[in-house]
Amino acid sequence: MKAFKIIVLAKQVPDTRNVGKDAMKADGTVNRAALPAIFNPEDLNALEQALRIKDQFPGTTITILTMGPGRAPDIIREGMFRGADDGVLLTDRAFAGSDTLATSYAISRAIAKIKEYDLIICGRQAIDGDTAQVGPQVAEKLNMPQVTYVEEIIQADNKSIQMKRRLDNGVEIVKAPIPVLLTVTSSASACRARNAKFLMKYKHAKTISERQSENEDYMSLYHDRPYLNIPEWSVNDVEVDPQQLGLSGSPTKVKKIDNVVLQAKEAKKIDASDAEINLLMKELIDSHTIG
Amino acid sequence: MNNIFVYCEIEDGIIADVSLELLTKGRSLADQLACKLEAVVIGSKLDEIGKQVFPYGVDVLHVADDPRLAPYTTLPHTSIIVNLFKAEKPQIALMGASPVGRDLGPRVSSALYSGLTADCTSLEIGGHEDKKENKVYENLLYQIRPAFGGNIIATIINPECRPQMATVREGVMKKEIRSANYKGEIKKIDVASMVSPADFAIEIIERHIEKRKVNLGAASVIVAGGYGMGSKENFGLLYQLAEVLGGEVGASRAAVDAGFTEHERQIGQTGVTVRPKLYIACGISGQIQHRAGMEGSAQIIAINNDPGAPINSIADYVINGDVTDVIPKMIKYYKANSK
Repeated sequence: MKAFKIIVLAKQVPDTRNVGKDAMKADGTVNRAALPAIFNPEDLNALEQALRIKDQFPGTTITILTMGPGRAPDIIREGMFRGADDGVLLTDRAFAGSDTLATSYAISRAIAKIKEYDLIICGRQAIDGDTAQVGPQVAEKLNMPQVTYVEEIIQADNKSIQMKRRLDNGVEIVKAPIPVLLTVTSSASACRARNAKFLMKYKHAKTISERQSENEDYMSLYHDRPYLNIPEWSVNDVEVDPQQLGLSGSPTKVKKIDNVVLQAKEAKKIDASDAEINLLMKELIDSHTIG
Repeated sequence: MNNIFVYCEIEDGIIADVSLELLTKGRSLADQLACKLEAVVIGSKLDEIGKQVFPYGVDVLHVADDPRLAPYTTLPHTSIIVNLFKAEKPQIALMGASPVGRDLGPRVSSALYSGLTADCTSLEIGGHEDKKENKVYENLLYQIRPAFGGNIIATIINPECRPQMATVREGVMKKEIRSANYKGEIKKIDVASMVSPADFAIEIIERHIEKRKVNLGAASVIVAGGYGMGSKENFGLLYQLAEVLGGEVGASRAAVDAGFTEHERQIGQTGVTVRPKLYIACGISGQIQHRAGMEGSAQIIAINNDPGAPINSIADYVINGDVTDVIPKMIKYYKANSK
């Protein structure tokens, strides 16, 4: 029976979904720094699909590959708490300012370094950029077929994968050869919760940068348990053409950004009484808005 | 060379509305830039397809006709577009931000090393000065789109790379025929020279595409329900009101996710964009992702129990009450007053 090698591409993103009062500044714009950092929701759906393959095909390994600054390793740990086997952090100042093309270039070089994989699975899009471009662009750079809008992997064997796609007006069942890149939508199954056993096991998993910035009490721990070392790759570790990274590798440039300010309109306030509603309906009919 | 290209999506022999909307915008951009509007259709049985396309002011229609090209799969459509764009060198290329466009666009842009901006809400022409490189650009495509969950609006440009690519969602732009007799030229694409067996690696085993039951874009009155409706049963009230007013029923993403109604009715950033004469938002809080899909409505009525709901700030009327109480009253007094 086949044991799959799966790479799950995941991104740490600010939680833009429910911008509460705490994250709103006085001028009506969003205080991005106040938003909590989370595992991109559709990447969690992607992880669940990978975990289901692992359930079915013992020996399958799942590697979380993430590219990002700061607390991005949190994502790798979170993935391992849910059942992923390991992770790789791709991080370097040189990646700053990357648009989707430069991002997918860097990620594709990291995947090329990982070398052996049957499936690359990622969320359809991230909730900060909302572009849905990185998945297909990574596939193109690796010269791999892609299937987007995947809702469910139905069948897998050592030659191919069958999956259900959720489109605007219906569904498709498609079959793709291995290796293939899949992007998964939020209509797919929710990711299973953390597993207490894995939480205990991977609690102290860290990248070298994280260990260097903290107390070295646990030095022997990382020596005895190599799986707690999260590989951290910079541009020196991955074969890249520097011209294709960061701002210089980004064909798209941000010319300007405008904050969306909630403009309050003068609304007519009505209560739910019969009299008021009667008046309202009359008004709407008289103005030819309805009727 | 240097023209505007629009990739036209096709399902069951009919060009998608979003593609017609982009042809309309493409025509207007072509007028502004004094260049041609060219369209590409890739599929099967396309003999009569020109009739649907030319009235929008298309100067050249490129057709790739082969049974293997329908329904859409990524690789052959990508190969054809990439080869075509390498030969024709468009300055701008537009596609619908549909499952097809969002699958094809990034793949093409990666192959051509060109910039792509997804889900644009506006496209304009303008200049740009790069002070650092001491360069001035003219007639660039400003690709304007929301980001960060809709909390910011970004203007994106591709100063150097071509084509400048953008995808736009259905309903964002208006479609308008240029002239019923518009004369354009058809160029047949030599499909065999552009695709290889490897392009047909993906096999479509089954397809269940339903003809859309609901046309929210065409509705002049929309009665929309949110999570505050509370249940699928309560959503029934919306159908009653919509029927009486001659409108359609829409929903926020939260209501769809909760199973109150089908995905087809979802309005908002990840759903449909609408601009009806009247939008009645029932039990909808009005998160920015939802507002993005309906704030263009001529008149907005918000019905909810939350004085602080963001939807109230963009509404013309705010009814503070319970939807299960208010909606039956609206039906009653509409009937009473519309003799």
